[in-house]
Amino acid sequence: MSTVQGTGSELPGADAVAVGKTPSAARQATSDPAPPVLDIHDMTVAYHRRPVLWDVDLTIERPSLVGIVGPNGAGKSTLIKAVLGLVPLASGKVQLFGQPAARQRQLVGYVPQRESVDWDFPVSVLDVVLMGTYGRLGWFRRPGRAEREWAMECLRHVGLADFARRQIGQLSGGQQQRTFLARALAQRAEIYFMDEPMAGVDAATERVIFSLLRELRESGKTVLVVHHDLRTVPVYFDQVALLNMRLVAFGPTQQIFTNDNLRKTYGGRLDILEAAGQALADERRSV
Amino acid sequence: MIAYNTGVVLAGASFLGASSGLIGAFALLRRRALLGDTLAHAALPGLCLGFLAWGERSLPVMLAGALASGVAGIAVVAVLRRFTRIKDDAALGIVLSLFFGAGLALLKYIQTHAVGGSRAGLDHYIFGSAASMIAGDVKLIASVALVGLAAVVLLYKEFRLVTFDAPFARVQGWPASLLDFLIMLLVSVTVIVALPAAGVVLTAALLILPAAAARFCTEWLSAMLVLSALFGALAGASGTMLSAGGGMPTGPMIVLAGATIFLSAMCFAPRRGILARALADRRLRRRIDDQKTFLAFQRLRVPAGAAGMTFDALRSEVTFSPGRLRRALHRGEREGLLVGDGATWKLTEDGHRRVASLARAQRLWRAFLVEYPDLASTFADLDMERIDEVLPTEMVAELEKI
Amino acid sequence: MMYPNFTSDGGQALWTISIAAAANLACALLGCYLLLQRMSLLGDALSHAVLPGVVVGFLISGSTSSSWIFISAVVVGLLATFLIQLLTGLGQVAEDASIGVVFTSLFALGVVLLVAYGSRVDLDVDCVLYGLIDYAWLNTRPMFGYEVPRDFLSLAGVLGATLLFIALFWKELKLVSFDPRLATSMGYSATLVHYLLMAMMALSVVAGFYAVGSVLVVAMLIVPAATGQLLSDRLSVTMAWAALVALSSAVIGYYGDLRFETGMAPMMAIVAGAEFSLALIASPRHGLGSRAFHRLSLALRIVSEDVIAMLYRHSEADPQAAEAGVSWRRCLVVAGGGWLGRLALPLLWWRGELRWTGGGRATLTDAGRARAESLVRAHRLWEAYLGENFELPLDHLHEPAERLEHYLGPALLEQLASELRQPDLDPHGKVIPGG
Repeated sequence: MSTVQGTGSELPGADAVAVGKTPSAARQATSDPAPPVLDIHDMTVAYHRRPVLWDVDLTIERPSLVGIVGPNGAGKSTLIKAVLGLVPLASGKVQLFGQPAARQRQLVGYVPQRESVDWDFPVSVLDVVLMGTYGRLGWFRRPGRAEREWAMECLRHVGLADFARRQIGQLSGGQQQRTFLARALAQRAEIYFMDEPMAGVDAATERVIFSLLRELRESGKTVLVVHHDLRTVPVYFDQVALLNMRLVAFGPTQQIFTNDNLRKTYGGRLDILEAAGQALADERRSV
Repeated sequence: MIAYNTGVVLAGASFLGASSGLIGAFALLRRRALLGDTLAHAALPGLCLGFLAWGERSLPVMLAGALASGVAGIAVVAVLRRFTRIKDDAALGIVLSLFFGAGLALLKYIQTHAVGGSRAGLDHYIFGSAASMIAGDVKLIASVALVGLAAVVLLYKEFRLVTFDAPFARVQGWPASLLDFLIMLLVSVTVIVALPAAGVVLTAALLILPAAAARFCTEWLSAMLVLSALFGALAGASGTMLSAGGGMPTGPMIVLAGATIFLSAMCFAPRRGILARALADRRLRRRIDDQKTFLAFQRLRVPAGAAGMTFDALRSEVTFSPGRLRRALHRGEREGLLVGDGATWKLTEDGHRRVASLARAQRLWRAFLVEYPDLASTFADLDMERIDEVLPTEMVAELEKI
Repeated sequence: MMYPNFTSDGGQALWTISIAAAANLACALLGCYLLLQRMSLLGDALSHAVLPGVVVGFLISGSTSSSWIFISAVVVGLLATFLIQLLTGLGQVAEDASIGVVFTSLFALGVVLLVAYGSRVDLDVDCVLYGLIDYAWLNTRPMFGYEVPRDFLSLAGVLGATLLFIALFWKELKLVSFDPRLATSMGYSATLVHYLLMAMMALSVVAGFYAVGSVLVVAMLIVPAATGQLLSDRLSVTMAWAALVALSSAVIGYYGDLRFETGMAPMMAIVAGAEFSLALIASPRHGLGSRAFHRLSLALRIVSEDVIAMLYRHSEADPQAAEAGVSWRRCLVVAGGGWLGRLALPLLWWRGELRWTGGGRATLTDAGRARAESLVRAHRLWEAYLGENFELPLDHLHEPAERLEHYLGPALLEQLASELRQPDLDPHGKVIPGG
């Protein structure tokens, strides 16, 4: 049985930072004040007469683990998609590491919702992970031996090396989610966007994902995760963005994830609030 | 004065169009628009076998054969999608093309071997020929149309429920599968009866075009049904007239007439039409631009009468393109909210009022989202500036206090 | 019945088959992408919708083999794709309905143009149904000292372009087909790739128009690809199967037409359909027939194992009576009593695991006893395992063990046995055989 949690194994790609190819590392060398990882200014998105996001300003200064939380229809996925250029902005601008997001695609990793693809597709698990390297390859160049080895390393990291040759439809839901994570790792990104990676997975997979998030943060990456389970927010994330069509609050989880803010986000749905408040209290006790 | 024969054909084509329009509306809403296409194509081998079995051109036998093979085709689609990894879309394409291929092979065989006389009678079934329609055919078409109408009138509530939410209908104790089957049966019979006039290849268009056109024009099922039947009758009648005039096959002409109706509805329908939507989208975009531009004035805090704001100063306050900002400023000038000399702009009296009301609306809006976040997504056309009209007055009064 | 050979018929068979094969191959390969993206209906739409383009191309050039036909067809094909997207996007019409609207309208336009002006270029409605392949081999031009049909040259060109397209964009096509959002977030425009694919599709659909006419192109787009999909879980292998179906339907279609006089186009569709049905039934993993066979053999194995386990227990209880055997009727009851049992008992006898002792009674042979021992061992080991680990009452142990005994492999059995320290008795006090 291969597992990842608690192995303390080196995250694939940690060396990439050390080599100094990434903007953050390069800037540290010249001791400039680093531009924020992500800077969203005045973002408004509207679908057919209906505004979905209004005037969102969000700046993530330093690499961290950010949870995006809010009720259904609050525009959480839309926020991610707008940053990635998948939905058009009515107004606003998005910068990654001080540059317009459209020019920084190679620094971005994406984990879409699991249902967004056809799992009957005739590709192997390794093929899917290899797709993560396509962004850096560019048009026409094919993945070679180096990419293959890299993809295998990413697969090994999520504990799926033995399944590399399987058709993706033969995986369980949790394994499919881990395949997506391996693909994101293969992107060698600096900032990751994950759309509900923990939705509908078993507890073991959730632990694997969580430990992976931790590792990513420790190697200096930024991860934004759309998350639906309020109880685990204080455990998982350094910072939290509360979203309901507009940004209700953003900041360190300990300060922001308060009953008051949650009420501003969710309204008077006390059952959720109580559960969340309880979780927060537990977390504070344990700290 | 219309000749008797033309009158017969015209009546037949109108009935045909009306009944397929009516039934097609349900097929469209049930996402079965293309099942009719597959059914019509799959009817060809049955038609030919009916011809082979009877020898002479006998409409009832051939139509019975067509119905049998069409329904067999639909059954194969159902088997493929239920029991194999073949997806819905592929199953439709496979059945359509293979049954049609078999039909063409039979047709060629009949032609080369001249079985049971000429092939001319069969040839018409490919692209349709309403010209040869006789009074008996019209009676058949009219009776099918009436049966369809009666079914829809009697079972309106049930059909509506099943097309909207079949699982819910089942839970409520309705025989949902039976009703679904009934709709499919009506679709099948309508398609088969339309075959001689509209042709195997294009009959499906009679189901789709009027219904899709009607969908643009209304948001109510009952109105949609009436409109769809009307559009169908119009397409049938005008297509037939055109084809009789120019010696064209009837099927394509009916379809072109239907396509014209569809295009007009799509472009010009109020609310749901493309033009209306594009305009509404543009209005929304402009409104957002305007609001942001005026709020920029507010952020830069210009007291009335002070020197105007330069373009660059405003530019740094908004995030959309300079062109859009310029257009927003021009709109402001036209509406008398701004005065500008091409380089600097300042607010007029009205402009100050607009900024003030915007600022208030923004405050209310934020207060609303803070106080009632759970309601935010329930207001479909939530527009910041019209928050006064959208929200109940008591709520506005309460928000004002905050 | 005469089969013409390649030398005596002036090259009719060779060239006709080659032309059909080139068109079928181009369609089949691109069809794989249609299936992957669940856009078969878009292929159907495109194949109908290019007709006005083809007719206009004919009218511009005045002949049946000219690049104008391909150019105008690609233009109309892209227009149709754009219209469908416009309807679903801006018009918010359901996708299937927009497809239906666009292709029926354009096709009707094509037929009307054909009827109105077709006679000028010797084109009639029949070629919409049967293609232009029958006399294509006669219109030739010299090339490298051979008389090569013009249509073959243009269709081979289309096939070449298709192969080049797939080879160049293999990675991009795969990525966009699987996850268009990821592709866009990486900077590959999914829309651009989609339109490129549709342009290529329009080219091959026109090629298909020559070979099979515009309605049956769908058969050549979808059926070979669907056959491949049933036979493989890998894209490259799926494509190889699709190509095989495309080629074989060209060859068999030609000779089938000679034999049955059905027209070559319908015959090719029928051949492709027959091969698809074969795959549907006999595909090792996804076939209906093979899945039914697997289910049946599993059911048979369970039933016959139940019978021999019963015979073993019977002889265990009373070794004397073992020789006399158990009545056929009792065996049948244990086997579920149905037709499965009637099949299982002769099968056991045929495999030499059971013999008849006369008077309609059966007992185990040595081979049967060996197999029964390992079964009963599995059953009792599992009971022992359950009894030790989950404090279940004794009468709750038999049921799960009865179900699981058929699935416990030797490796798992060894693991169980060693974990239980090689027990001799099960919780009921019965001997665990073997070990």
